[in-house]
Amino acid sequence: MIAHLSRRYLFSASHRLHNPEMSVEENQTTYGKCNNPYGHGHNYILEVTVSGPVDQSTGMICNLVDLDQCVNREVLSRYQLENLNTLQEFSTAVPTTENLCIEIFEILQRTFSHAHLDKVKLEETMMNSFEYAGGRELTQT
Amino acid sequence: MVYLTRKAEFAASHYYHNPSFTAEENQRIFGKCNNPNGHGHNYTLEVTVKGEVDPRSGFVVDLKQLKEVMHREVLDAMDHRFLNKEVPEFFSKIPTTENLAIAVWQRLEPKLRNARLHRVRVYETPDLFVDFYGEE
Repeated sequence: MIAHLSRRYLFSASHRLHNPEMSVEENQTTYGKCNNPYGHGHNYILEVTVSGPVDQSTGMICNLVDLDQCVNREVLSRYQLENLNTLQEFSTAVPTTENLCIEIFEILQRTFSHAHLDKVKLEETMMNSFEYAGGRELTQT
Repeated sequence: MVYLTRKAEFAASHYYHNPSFTAEENQRIFGKCNNPNGHGHNYTLEVTVKGEVDPRSGFVVDLKQLKEVMHREVLDAMDHRFLNKEVPEFFSKIPTTENLAIAVWQRLEPKLRNARLHRVRVYETPDLFVDFYGEE
């Protein structure tokens, strides 16, 4: 029996959306308020979905403690209260929530081995969110 | 195909314990959830059904019927219960959120008319939920 488990985490970080290859005007047009040179912040909600067969002896897909530890160690401690533009992965890529979502998926793909990683959802505000499943279509609704 | 989701809430207690594990193993694997006196949650259940819209009624499923089935099969059995001691599925299985989602599916699936069950989602807390789509 395959089940899918989702866990939500919170972190806060700042960013500025700016592409040095664009002109000042183009950055303004493309990113609007998000181009403010001093940056701005969000409370991001990260939702991680993993799946796998339910282990008969534990009733679990994987132990939540392992998932929490991995997400805390690999993701939250890296991004919590940071300016995303100062981090190595955003030295060239613009720290949009799309790019952050993909980055987090790839980090967890490399580091979490106790269940299959289905997808990562990242809510930037209550009004917008992004999902990435390693390039796969989101087939389940 | 249209998908319709109905929510319900129930409160229940449970604890995690596998009698074939040693006391130390139970402690190590299940941590605080192993406390034999149990602890509780306000669960939120989301049941999603799918089907074609009936041209006469405009419904995918009669919501009243769906609500009745959910109440009869799930809430009456689980609301304000100690899952390990009062719900038969969990006399032998550990009442994790995973097993709870599967049990809800197995209770509802044979009772639904017209629409087909698509997904059972059980929130143990707002930050933790399990989805079950039947046998994949």
